[in-house]
Amino acid sequence: MIDLRNISVRYRGRGGEVLAVNDVSLHIGEAQIYGIVGASGAGKSSLLRTINLLERPDLGQVLIDGQDITPLKGAALRQQRQKIGMVFQHFNLMHTSTVYDNAAFALRAASKSEEEVCQRVPEILELVGLSDKATAYPSQLSGGQKQRVGIARAIANRPAVLLCDEPTSALDLETAASILDLLREVNQRLRITIVLISHEMAVIKKICSRVAVMEGGKVVEEGDVYDIFASPKHPFTRQLVDHTLNLDLPAHLTEDLQGTLLKITFLGERAENPVLSETTLRFGVSVNILHGRIEYINGRALGLLVALLEDRQTHSPAKVAQAVDYITQNTAQVEVLHG
Amino acid sequence: MASEWLSLFDDLYKAFGETALMVGVSTVFAIIGGLPVGFLLYIADRKLFWDNPLVSSVGSLLVNVIRSVPFVILLVLLLPLTQFVLGTTIGPAAASVPLSVAAIAFYARLVQSALFEVDPGIIEAAQAFGASPARILGIVLFREAMPGFLRGLTITLISLIGYSAMAGIVGGGGVGDLAIRFGYYRYQTNVMLVTVFILIVLVQFVQIAGDRLATYSDRKGS
Repeated sequence: MIDLRNISVRYRGRGGEVLAVNDVSLHIGEAQIYGIVGASGAGKSSLLRTINLLERPDLGQVLIDGQDITPLKGAALRQQRQKIGMVFQHFNLMHTSTVYDNAAFALRAASKSEEEVCQRVPEILELVGLSDKATAYPSQLSGGQKQRVGIARAIANRPAVLLCDEPTSALDLETAASILDLLREVNQRLRITIVLISHEMAVIKKICSRVAVMEGGKVVEEGDVYDIFASPKHPFTRQLVDHTLNLDLPAHLTEDLQGTLLKITFLGERAENPVLSETTLRFGVSVNILHGRIEYINGRALGLLVALLEDRQTHSPAKVAQAVDYITQNTAQVEVLHG
Repeated sequence: MASEWLSLFDDLYKAFGETALMVGVSTVFAIIGGLPVGFLLYIADRKLFWDNPLVSSVGSLLVNVIRSVPFVILLVLLLPLTQFVLGTTIGPAAASVPLSVAAIAFYARLVQSALFEVDPGIIEAAQAFGASPARILGIVLFREAMPGFLRGLTITLISLIGYSAMAGIVGGGGVGDLAIRFGYYRYQTNVMLVTVFILIVLVQFVQIAGDRLATYSDRKGS
């Protein structure tokens, strides 16, 4: 669907040249929700903007359905952009226009007839749940409602691709969740390919199927969201995932730990085996669970436990080591945090 | 005493007509000249679809030159132009020529700054949806900057009322001229006070009407 080939974007500032995007290649499949995550300044916004050429790459090509759009200019470029919707962090609605006129913007920009506009706009306002706000002005709406207008405007002209630039970063948690639900609904009902950037891994986890992790203008890791969460490889990805899954222990627990502290990851069906109770029975060690959670990502379970293993009777390190081996063999991943 | 007030009323009536003519004509020129020049300065300066450093800097310099010349001196400097355009340099119509030139430069700058106040994100969104330059200029920028245009026009009108008072120097007449001739040269302080009072009321009226219009067109606060 979308192929980014060796994209580089340079900015020429006072402090010399900055390479915002450094030789990035990505493939985004049809009807996917594809996430790009990274800290601010990682180049994700610049990369996203190359897809509709709001940002012209200095090097590389953008292919949409096999067609190289990078050389497009003028009217041809505008026609291409009419097939790509965009949703913005700060909504970017016209203050002086009603919800109806804002939602109609893309249709009118594409020179659709007023008849078509009259038919399509109520339809699309219904889809985003704002039928009763057609005559309101943006200043009369809440943040979540403004973003709904933004989404209505972006999908009104039936685009094949929807670019989302931090769509929930200006919203509170609950509103953000409802906007993400709406984006997922748009993706499923209209089969629109969505490319979404965010600095929050939690947003990616909620709706994306694949993700690219960017740092310093480069994609450092790319893959299925579940796999990235289950076994992040790059240190930056690991940091992002750890931050999202948040298995931090209170300080007084970690200060004088007796025994071996493990972080155990369970994946899919394996999460159903009673590995820990089996360990207690076989090796006679005590297992004390200090932290744990199960995440469902794209419908698949990802279990995480932080457990303390101790041989309280004989204080034999050998038994604990055997127990750790046993757990390692029977679960997806074991990381020794302490001991 | 009564006849004195009556003749003052006649003079005032005439002076008002002259002020209205000068301010009216120059305001019309401020709109039809200042709007395009303001748009031109904005487009030439911003990287949208027609950035042009030469037009931007030359245009900006020209506007600044006109704005930095004190109006009394501009009046005199433009006498040849007035003579060329109207064939005379006397009367309110003649005074309207330099007033219009000053008004265009003044309003163009205010139009440009109102355009700069438009959230660039809104323009980016319009570009992202493939809107044509004509649509971005004529609909997006024009509508979004409208409250700023109206506030700018209010300021321009009030400045023009002030400038028109100086136009008496070239025989332009008007309320200001009346105040100087009777109130200052003939020591008729009451005439001076009446005209000043009327000017204050006029300016207040323009300001309030302008603010109302701008607030109405600006949906941000409503």
